[in-house]
Amino acid sequence: MDYNVIIDNLPLYLNGLWVTIQLVVIALVSGFGLAVPLALMAVSKTSLLRFPAKTYIYFFRGTPLLVQMFLLYYGMGQFEAVRESVLWILFKEAYWCAITAFALNTAGYTAEILRGAIEQTPFGETEAAQACGMSKSTMYRRIILPGSFRRALPAYGNEVIFMLHGSALAGVITIVDLFGAAKIVNARYFVPFESFITAGFFYLCCTFCFVWFFKWVEKHWYAHLRPRIS
Amino acid sequence: MFDLHGYFPMILEGMTLTIEVALLSLLIAVILGLFGAIAKLSKSRIARSIATVYTTLIRGIPDLVLMTIIYYGGQIQVNNIGDALGWDYIDISPFVAGTLTIGFIFGAYMTETFRGGILAVSHGEIEAALAFGMPSWKVFLRITLPLMVRHALPGFGNNWMVLAKTTALVSVIGLHDMMYNAGVAGGATRQPFTFFLVVALMFLSITGISDLGLRWANRRYSVGVRKV
Repeated sequence: MDYNVIIDNLPLYLNGLWVTIQLVVIALVSGFGLAVPLALMAVSKTSLLRFPAKTYIYFFRGTPLLVQMFLLYYGMGQFEAVRESVLWILFKEAYWCAITAFALNTAGYTAEILRGAIEQTPFGETEAAQACGMSKSTMYRRIILPGSFRRALPAYGNEVIFMLHGSALAGVITIVDLFGAAKIVNARYFVPFESFITAGFFYLCCTFCFVWFFKWVEKHWYAHLRPRIS
Repeated sequence: MFDLHGYFPMILEGMTLTIEVALLSLLIAVILGLFGAIAKLSKSRIARSIATVYTTLIRGIPDLVLMTIIYYGGQIQVNNIGDALGWDYIDISPFVAGTLTIGFIFGAYMTETFRGGILAVSHGEIEAALAFGMPSWKVFLRITLPLMVRHALPGFGNNWMVLAKTTALVSVIGLHDMMYNAGVAGGATRQPFTFFLVVALMFLSITGISDLGLRWANRRYSVGVRKV
């Protein structure tokens, strides 16, 4: 075991950590933005709205993230039309390919989580809202969505951690994130065990931060469910 | 629909390998998961802490990183130990490394799923079984296990779907699975999108068929549960 190499290359890892955080945060925020309308479409009674959303969710949940990323990174260059359009600025960079793939992927998963949460709204709540004379949009805004976000929280916490783990795939397409940094260190000094364990350690720390954060949020949002201590 | 230039058999070959890896690692994962869940719920503090360390570590580190640790790092560690003991050079094949890693990873997820399932079994049932004088292993086999299936099934289904998709990662450590073959074919024909789309559809068919099976199982195990 030779950890001196790792200590010498710590800046590389820290840089990788920063890239990983960027990837995850940008993907999560844009993915969530996409997921809310998708989830609303998926619970809609109009099949014209429901069908595209369901197909989207089905495709992105049913195929591996690696395939989705390769479709964008290697696949997009196949089309003349894409190469000549403005989109090519996005797709010729591995970084943006990865972020786009991650965002689309997490949007699919998040939409499914939200859909489940919306459908699990207790019937009494919507009944009461209707009895109060709320319009459909008010009911969604005030009753269904806030309750659903709360119900979705544990599952969404898992999804965030999956996204963090999924972001390691970016290292496969030449991006120097944490995993990419470990790959470089391994290639330069041939220390496979030490280099990848170090990346694993950093990922572990990130996971703990996320878990801790979600616990904290849950404590706030689930305050009404906690047993009272007298 | 797609012009695959005669590469389709190669993709299918890759798919067989993908399915083999998936099913074998599922088996490992279920066994590890059951033991993990029992350990987590046991009275022994040592068993509990081992299981907790296992699930926390595995769920904290990305599968890709774990796979490279086990495949590249494990190779060296095994041979370091082997050198000390005077063994010959041992070669860990990517198939073994991939299957073991995926099984090992999803064992941790299964542990959590099964633990949740076991906890959801109503206490009265277990009490009743104990009152009948069943020993605790019999209570587990006859009461807890069948009853927890219903609660664990959705989580189990999710884990299986994620597992099936995770098998795509074995291409990164050089196993000639569907992804790898599609990459080769896509490079040779300069049509990567077409081939990766075919792989995506293959994965969709795997998850689609599993979904049907799981839905059936879910109905079967929820017989007698009132639904709104």
